[in-house]
Amino acid sequence: MTSKRELELYFHIPFCIRKCLYCDFLSAPGEGKTKARYMEALIRETGERAGDYRDYCVVSVFVGGGTPSVVSPEQIRVLLETVREEYDLAEDAEITMEVNPGTVDERTLSAYRQWGINRLSIGLQSADNRELAALGRIHTYGQFLGAYHTARKCGFSNINVDLMSALPGQTLQSYLATLKKVLALEPAPEHISAYSLILEEGTPFYEMAQRGELQLPDEECDRLMYEKTGELLGQAGYHRYEISNYAKPGCECRHNCGYWRRREYLGLGTGAASLIGNCRFRNGDSLEAYLADPLNVREEMQELTVEEQMEEFMFLGLRMTEGVSPQEFRDAFGKSMEEVYGPVIEKNRKDGLLEYRGRISSEEPARLALTGRGLDVSNMVMAQFLFP
Amino acid sequence: MAVSDQSRIRNFCIVAHIDHGKSTLADRIIEKTGLLTSREMQAQVLDNMELERERGITIKAQTVRTVYKAQDGEEYIFNLIDTPGHVDFNYEVSRSLAACDGAILVVDAAQGIEAQTLANVYLALDHDLDVFPVINKIDLPSAEPQRVIDEIEDVIGLEAQDAPLISAKNGIGIEEVLEQVVAKIPAPSGNPENPLQALIFDSLYDSYKGVIIFCRIMEGTVKKGTRIRMMATGARQEVVEVGYFGAGQFIPCEELSAGMVGYITASIKNVKDTAVGDTVTDDDRPCAEPLPGYKRVQSMVYCGLYPADGAKYPDLRDALEKLQLNDASLNYEPETSVALGFGFRCGFLGLLHLEVIQERLEREYNLDLVTTAPGVVYKVHKTNGEVIELTNPSNLPDPSVIEYMEEPVVSAEIMVTSEFIGSIMELCQERRGRYLGMEYIEGTRALLKYELPLNEIIYDFFDALKSRSRGYASFDYDIKGYEESKLVKLDILINREEVDALSFIVHADSAYERGRKMCEKLKDEIPRHLFEIPIQAAVGGKIIARETVKAMRKDVLAKCYGGDITRKKKLLEKQKEGKKRMRQIGNVEIPQKAFMSVLKLDDK
Repeated sequence: MTSKRELELYFHIPFCIRKCLYCDFLSAPGEGKTKARYMEALIRETGERAGDYRDYCVVSVFVGGGTPSVVSPEQIRVLLETVREEYDLAEDAEITMEVNPGTVDERTLSAYRQWGINRLSIGLQSADNRELAALGRIHTYGQFLGAYHTARKCGFSNINVDLMSALPGQTLQSYLATLKKVLALEPAPEHISAYSLILEEGTPFYEMAQRGELQLPDEECDRLMYEKTGELLGQAGYHRYEISNYAKPGCECRHNCGYWRRREYLGLGTGAASLIGNCRFRNGDSLEAYLADPLNVREEMQELTVEEQMEEFMFLGLRMTEGVSPQEFRDAFGKSMEEVYGPVIEKNRKDGLLEYRGRISSEEPARLALTGRGLDVSNMVMAQFLFP
Repeated sequence: MAVSDQSRIRNFCIVAHIDHGKSTLADRIIEKTGLLTSREMQAQVLDNMELERERGITIKAQTVRTVYKAQDGEEYIFNLIDTPGHVDFNYEVSRSLAACDGAILVVDAAQGIEAQTLANVYLALDHDLDVFPVINKIDLPSAEPQRVIDEIEDVIGLEAQDAPLISAKNGIGIEEVLEQVVAKIPAPSGNPENPLQALIFDSLYDSYKGVIIFCRIMEGTVKKGTRIRMMATGARQEVVEVGYFGAGQFIPCEELSAGMVGYITASIKNVKDTAVGDTVTDDDRPCAEPLPGYKRVQSMVYCGLYPADGAKYPDLRDALEKLQLNDASLNYEPETSVALGFGFRCGFLGLLHLEVIQERLEREYNLDLVTTAPGVVYKVHKTNGEVIELTNPSNLPDPSVIEYMEEPVVSAEIMVTSEFIGSIMELCQERRGRYLGMEYIEGTRALLKYELPLNEIIYDFFDALKSRSRGYASFDYDIKGYEESKLVKLDILINREEVDALSFIVHADSAYERGRKMCEKLKDEIPRHLFEIPIQAAVGGKIIARETVKAMRKDVLAKCYGGDITRKKKLLEKQKEGKKRMRQIGNVEIPQKAFMSVLKLDDK
């Protein structure tokens, strides 16, 4: 064990082949030359910022996007080498990369593995080709299968598969078929992220929905999909450790858990957010500005007040099914959780949305967590932990 | 130039149907008479309340004095009195007209005569004003000036062949209008030596000068030091300043004498003392009689106004006090609601007046308000002979002690093209209208006459009229009086608790329909809770309609790029913010706009 502070690194690759119709993340198709210049800038930012983090040990790396697999594998290699050379990267660090099944082959996957990437997150979304087409995805289920098995062959033993429910044209039957197909993979994925489609303003889907052009499953169906997800994945040995994330024991995504536990993380690349100490900041979204000077795009620097830290502690921590620890709260803020949030906790316990689990002593419960019902309506519960 | 020669004064106003271009013509007149350069002109100089400009209607009378050098080489003083343009303010309109000697009638070259055109022109003729017509918007492709000229002659009987054909918007034909003002509007009369007799047609509260009285001097002279008396209210004060109206400013002068229009200040603290229509006279040498036509203004529409945040109650009280300084027709008294806490029952001239006040409170005083359903004043005759004027449905006595109830009724005139007569008659029928007759105006248009209960038209009648006639019908009304009616109180129960602020009075025959629609509306307005919420409508304890808000089942923020916590928090904040605009009734949270639901029952 190291006595250094732990740090997570996030790399944002804002490119994709084609933007999916529901996507509101920062990404866009880019020309080869632009992508290359972006990677140079990203590598430069990574190298030059390293000096600020000499006291840290990097425990996880996440390369996300966009679609990180659309940039040249060679540049991914240089990026990871830069991390290794300039940062203190822990031996057992979790190093994840997001891939689109339509953009990888044996050559790239084995290269990724060789360079130290030890976890893959594959965006499948659906096993139904019609649904995939309706989402604007560039791949088919067949391509996913190819990529998945190739990844296994290349030695990836920790794979996440992203799935979506409540898609246009999706039926309960087709969604269950997707779930079953994914669970029947040999070997099955270690981790599954299952989200409901959210229509984000500014996306083509949002516009289409406004015009009534999307055939979305009704509320009852959406609800059943959501319930069935938990049920089927539970039976298959997955543990729901976060609102939308399920894992085989020990395969929880460390990087993502870090966000909910308020671990320090440094985001590199356009639009990437960071939490260092109690300061949140992010890089600007502009690709142009980033290419011009990747070290001069930080914005929204915000030193969190104690109240804001408390709010985050609660609404982020409660996303994890293990909940939040009153003991940690007291250690962090010098006040008991009861003292600060007593009435809110009481009300939500009475409504059956929160519960205390386990007890250290008669006064000190082990953790405060959302109940099953609480998970269903988590936004409503979390909003109450914000100060007026 | 000091013209005190009455022969060179013209006091006039512009009358028109809404949107026919009254304010734009006023702007052009001010522009052409040279007091303002084009550069200084803000669009629509006379409508100076922000709200008025946005809504395109004049709420307070505005007046401006300009100087016009006519083609005869003489300079004339024009006092242009802009009148309020909405039926809610009919009385103010009549007093403004009484301050004039003539009027310009503006008629849209494409639309021709509308209901308000007629109403306003008859009002002007009733006040013995000399009226000459102007055909506006002649540059529109659909303009038919000759047809409109014929229509004016046929329908109103006004000579119109030499009516100026203008476009106020594009400044075409304005010279001709100005010349006709000189030629066709008579100079004022009155003797400056007689005892003072001045008509108040508006007043304004200014924090430095106190109340500023807008008046027309009919007889006599007023100047600094004159001891004046308002004949109806009895208020007495010494004049501090007199003057006339520049564009957007008050310009002091020596004296105001018979025939002139101007202002008086006299350290008066409250506009209630300077009622519109009252007569100002010299307390030392009073005139024999007040001018005719004074009326105490009655509130026609009442509603409850509550601060969204209970702690803001004193702020609301202060704001109402300040608004009242400037608006004698606004009245209010404190009331309490189980659902909404402390607030005020406020009386207004009409729904537009209500909306204007509500918006001013929200904008100018930064208050977040909950408004209950507006209602009219009912007369409740009790079995013991007592008569109650009911302004708040919650105060309705037990039905067993009510002998009968009365509601206010209006006589309405609706102008409509013949193809829509059927659907408009149907609308009036639905609103319990009593058909009085119909007159054809040229071949294709008719004037429908109805008597309608006021409570059927205060909400959305105008909108319904417009939507059922594709915007062509126009409407004007007068309060006629009270009539006996079969009325009941409709109560709303949310999660089995009666919500007093949602109760309203309705005709027994429409109770079921209204109750049903109200429940449907509330079902959409009330967000889902953790539990199921029944919404019921009841009359006299009997449930007549029911809807259910289903329990919330899922409210999850799924995918979000993990690191972007700030954005996640914003979503939660938005959710929390939404909660703030809710009222807690029992264990149900009701959004504040739900209390206005009753207004929108006729969305089609």
